Amino acid sequence: MNLIQDNVKKNEFLVHRSVFTDREILARERAEIFSKCWLFIGHETEIPELGDYKRKKVGGRNLLFVHSHDGKIRALYNTCPHRGALVCREDSGNSRVFRCFYHAWSFTNDGKLASMPGRDGFPEDFNDNGTKDLKEVERLESYRGFMFVNFNENAVSLDEYLGDAKEYIDLIVDQSESGLEALGGVQEYSVRANWKLLTENSADLYHGLPTHKTYFDIKQSQDPNLKRVELEGRGVDLGNGHAVMEYVAPWGRPVAQWTPIWDEDLKRDMEKMKERLVERFGEERADRIANYNRNIIIFPNLVINDIMAITARTFYPTSPGYMEVSGYSFAPKGESEKHRLARNNNFLEFLGPGGFATPDDNEALELCQEAYNNNAAVQWNDISKGMVRGKENALATDELQMRSFWRQYNRLLQKSYEKEAILK
Amino acid sequence: MTVKTLERQDIVDFLYKEAKLLDEWKLKEWAALFTDDGTYKIPPLGDPEASPTKSIFYVHDDRARLQDRAERLLKKEAHVEYPHSTTTRNYHNILVNNLESDVISVECNFTTHRTKREVVDTFIGKAEYRLVHENNKLAIKSKKVMINLDSLRPHGKVSLIL
Repeated sequence: MNLIQDNVKKNEFLVHRSVFTDREILARERAEIFSKCWLFIGHETEIPELGDYKRKKVGGRNLLFVHSHDGKIRALYNTCPHRGALVCREDSGNSRVFRCFYHAWSFTNDGKLASMPGRDGFPEDFNDNGTKDLKEVERLESYRGFMFVNFNENAVSLDEYLGDAKEYIDLIVDQSESGLEALGGVQEYSVRANWKLLTENSADLYHGLPTHKTYFDIKQSQDPNLKRVELEGRGVDLGNGHAVMEYVAPWGRPVAQWTPIWDEDLKRDMEKMKERLVERFGEERADRIANYNRNIIIFPNLVINDIMAITARTFYPTSPGYMEVSGYSFAPKGESEKHRLARNNNFLEFLGPGGFATPDDNEALELCQEAYNNNAAVQWNDISKGMVRGKENALATDELQMRSFWRQYNRLLQKSYEKEAILK
Repeated sequence: MTVKTLERQDIVDFLYKEAKLLDEWKLKEWAALFTDDGTYKIPPLGDPEASPTKSIFYVHDDRARLQDRAERLLKKEAHVEYPHSTTTRNYHNILVNNLESDVISVECNFTTHRTKREVVDTFIGKAEYRLVHENNKLAIKSKKVMINLDSLRPHGKVSLIL
C-alpha cells in the first residue's frame, strides 16, 4: 500500500489522500500509532497538590491523571475492575478516594481497591494479585514537567523517544528560572477534519501570510514601523517524526520581544528579562530564547508552539473526518499580574477558538476535508516545497516539517501492512 | 431638554437591537454600542468567575480589540466567516436588576444558531451586561458571555461575536 511517494531525485513528495478519509487506515493508526507512541497526558502543574486529579482522554482511552497521596503522579484507566463503569465522573478535583457509584467499590487515589459492600461474598484472597485495583497505564514518564503515557509496556523510554526534540523543549522551559505552569481553562474544541491536517498546519509557516492576513493587518496598524511582514527562519527534521520550525516574526513575545502595544514598564521588564537570559545562557542562546519562535511537532499529535505566547495542543480522531482538540496555555511560574495579562491577551489575539487566527485554520482544514470527496479523481497531496533546496537549507516556510512527520507515519503504518503480508 | 425615564422595555428593546445588528452583520454598528472603555469577554467553559491571569479565556477584548474583532470579521480574508454564516440570535429570560442605578446590570439567556456549509451549530448560555445611559442613549460598558456547553464540540470555534 503506497501511502506516500518520496521521490528525492524528482524533488517530489506526495501523500495519498485516502489517509484522511479511510476507516481502515484509522484502525491501523489506532493500533500502530495511538497504542504504541508516547502521547501527552498533561503537565505536572495541573495537579500540584496531593489528591489533585483531572480526567483526560488520551489515545481514545478515558484516563485519570492523579497526584496520589504517596506523592507519585499516576495515570489510571478510569474504569471499575468490577463491571466497567467510569469510577470518576468529575472532570477535576481533589480526593483521597474514588468511588464507583454503581456497586460502591472504593479505591484510594493510588488505584488500590479499598472496600466494597458484601465483602463476605468474595473469597479471602480476592484481589491478592491486584487485578481488582484500578489499572495503571503501562508507562508514564515526564520530560521537564510535560507528562506522557504509553500503552505499550515495551516502548523505548520517553527520553529516547523525544531525542533531538528535547533541545527545543528546553529552549521553551528555560525561559523561566522557576519553571512553567499550565494555566486553567484548557480549551476543548474540535475540527471537522482529519487529525493529521492539524499536525501539518501547526508547523506550517507557508500558510501564515495568506491564511492569517487579517491578523498581520492588525499588527501593521499597531506598529507604524512594521512596513513588511517577515517570517523567516529554518525548518529542522528532529528524527522519529518530530520536527520544528524556528523563525523570527513581527509579533511581541512575552519573553522577551517587546511590541508597541505594550507600555514602557513592560519594555523595561523585558529588557531586564533579556539581560538575565544573557547572564544565564550567553548572548546567542538568549537571543534564540527571546527573539525566535518555535513550532514543534512531537510525533504523532503534540504540538508545542512558543510564539506570541506558549500553547500546546493535542488531538485525537473519533472518525477520519473529525478530531477532538485540547488546547493548553503555559506561562512562567510567578510571572507578574501585568506581564501575565499582556501574555494572555497576546495569546488571544491569535490563538484559540475565539482568536483572530485559529478559527481560520480550522476553516482551512475543514475545506480540505470537504474536498477530499474528490479523492477518486484527485488522489495525491503535494508536500514538496523546499526539497529542491536540500534538507540542510530548508526554510521555515518550506514543508520539511511535514515530510518528517509523514515519513515516520508511513514507516509505522507499513509495519501494519507487513504483518498481514506475513499472515497471508 | 427633558430626560426620558428609562423603563424595562427600553432595555429589552436595546438588547434585541444588539442581536439584530449581529444577525445582520452590522458589526461596526455593534461595536459602536460600546462605551469608550467597553469590554467584551468570554471566560472558560464552566468557570465564569475565572481570573484572566490564571486561566485562558476564549475572548478578553478591551475596546480596541473588540473594534478589531468587528472589523476583521467583515473582511473577505476572515476566512472562517467568508462567505458570512447565517445566524439567528434569541435572547430570553431577560432580568433587569437595577434600572435606577448609574450602571444597569442585565442578565439574559441566549441561543445563537449558526449555519454555514449546511452545518448548524447552536451556542447556548447566559450573557451579563452592564449598561449606562448617556446622552439619552444606552451604551454597553461590559458584556460577558458564559457559554453553557461542556466543550466547543462539535462547534470547534467561537468565530462569531456571541
